[in-house]
Amino acid sequence: MATITAVRDETPRVRSYTLGLPRWTPHRPGQHYDLRLTAADGYSVQRSYSIASGPETEGEIEVTVERVVDGEVSPFLHDVAVVGDCIEVRGPIGGYFVWETTLGGPLLLVAGGSGIVPLMAMIRHRAANASRVPTRLLYSSRAPDDIIYANELRDLAARADGLEVIHTLTRSQPAGWTGYDRRIDDAMLAEVGRALGDAPLVYICGPTPLVEGAANGLVRIGVPAQRIRTERFGPSGK
Amino acid sequence: MKEPTTDDRTLDANAVAGMLEDLFGADMTVADSKCAACGREGELGTLLAYTLAPGVVLRCPTCTAVMLRMVETPRGMLVEARGLAYVRITR
Amino acid sequence: MPERFVTRGFEGKPRATGAAANRVPPGQYLTKDFPVLSAGPTPTTNLRLWSFTIEGLVREKVTWSWAEFQKLPAQDFAVDISCVTKWTKLDTRWRGVSIDTLLESVELEPRGGFATAYCDGGYTTNIRLPDLVNGQAFVAYEYDGAPLEAEHGGPARLVVPHLYFWKSAKWVRGLHITEKETPGFWESLGYHIRGDPWKEERYSGD
Repeated sequence: MATITAVRDETPRVRSYTLGLPRWTPHRPGQHYDLRLTAADGYSVQRSYSIASGPETEGEIEVTVERVVDGEVSPFLHDVAVVGDCIEVRGPIGGYFVWETTLGGPLLLVAGGSGIVPLMAMIRHRAANASRVPTRLLYSSRAPDDIIYANELRDLAARADGLEVIHTLTRSQPAGWTGYDRRIDDAMLAEVGRALGDAPLVYICGPTPLVEGAANGLVRIGVPAQRIRTERFGPSGK
Repeated sequence: MKEPTTDDRTLDANAVAGMLEDLFGADMTVADSKCAACGREGELGTLLAYTLAPGVVLRCPTCTAVMLRMVETPRGMLVEARGLAYVRITR
Repeated sequence: MPERFVTRGFEGKPRATGAAANRVPPGQYLTKDFPVLSAGPTPTTNLRLWSFTIEGLVREKVTWSWAEFQKLPAQDFAVDISCVTKWTKLDTRWRGVSIDTLLESVELEPRGGFATAYCDGGYTTNIRLPDLVNGQAFVAYEYDGAPLEAEHGGPARLVVPHLYFWKSAKWVRGLHITEKETPGFWESLGYHIRGDPWKEERYSGD
């Protein structure tokens, strides 16, 4: 059982929830928790949410949730749940899509929309351990307002400790934008990945079509398939 | 915006990691597996997961053969794994 | 026995009220959407290669090509459908060929009491012949006035609205008539052999 101890708006449709866990155990960056809601008539629904925080934060985790219009759990979390509420949770779960500093690098992280969440756990864990593993994050969002953790990513990249953050904004860009303005494709992956060498560890997370496109693209440009790990989030939001 | 297709809804088996852990008592996403149909080897986490169905179906990412099926019924979870040549569980 | 935890403020799905309520089978909720459920990737079938066959315990196997199938007498159907995952959708509109029409072209052997519907992608489901005849089932190629989308089973799917919708096999390619009932994809893994929503026959043993 978790208790919501804090709520923070990240973007118009995305919120982060800090969940206090009396039975907290350290997770591995990339893992998730299952959250379950139960109505009085016994109807219950469960969804998995990636942990956004690193395991260095004890006693609590942060999950970041995008409000899906016809969803069952995310509209409840956004519209009804408040600080102090108890939510049934189970976790941490999933040892496949994890990265820890002990795995080394170089590290290529590719995110689409709310796919940034598990990768943020990896990035925060990397920072908390003062790791200098060469890391590049390629992050696709529709518009500047949709970038989750925008400020924190900027601050972490500014430390110049080997982390670079590259955004692509696919629908609208701010005035004077000189960065990528299109969906992720092979050419973009090749450019972004170039500095990381032939065989980086790759983690891709986001909507299924983006993940499949990026994974196939990386294999096409020569990244060994067994170095690539994917987490498909299903369809992108409407 | 275009309505997402079934194929957009495909997930990795990582999405059912909790369910698998309940069944097998271990994190199965890192368990090595082999497809009985085409011989492809890989961690269970790499299997394609179809979760929007009356049950969960895990398929080989190479040949799409059904490797594992799970149905939750009031009398327990039914599991059919004929499509798995093997799965290696480390504890 | 410990009290089950109830999440504060969570109300789940709305139950049907008013006139619609008695069209909704027990344990179901109403939806206006048309959820897509699938056990695998969406097959794509070239219409020039598509065929529908009735075979097995019949005097002679019969096959229709797409062009031939389109020439068969077709009807419009407006039916309510219920999925075992608890959603029910009222007044769905389809166009297709009644199974009765298709069976006019075959001579069933007397021992053949059951059918297995088989499909592109490998899906199968079993249905008793009495559940397929007398206007109860059809092969649909149009939904809501437009060609049936691949997502929803196009080019053609079986529709058996009086049973749970897992019996309405998407991407159907034929019926195999048998003497014994052979459980299909979901029936062989815990789901009810017949699946009548009004009796809540969801799982075997129900």
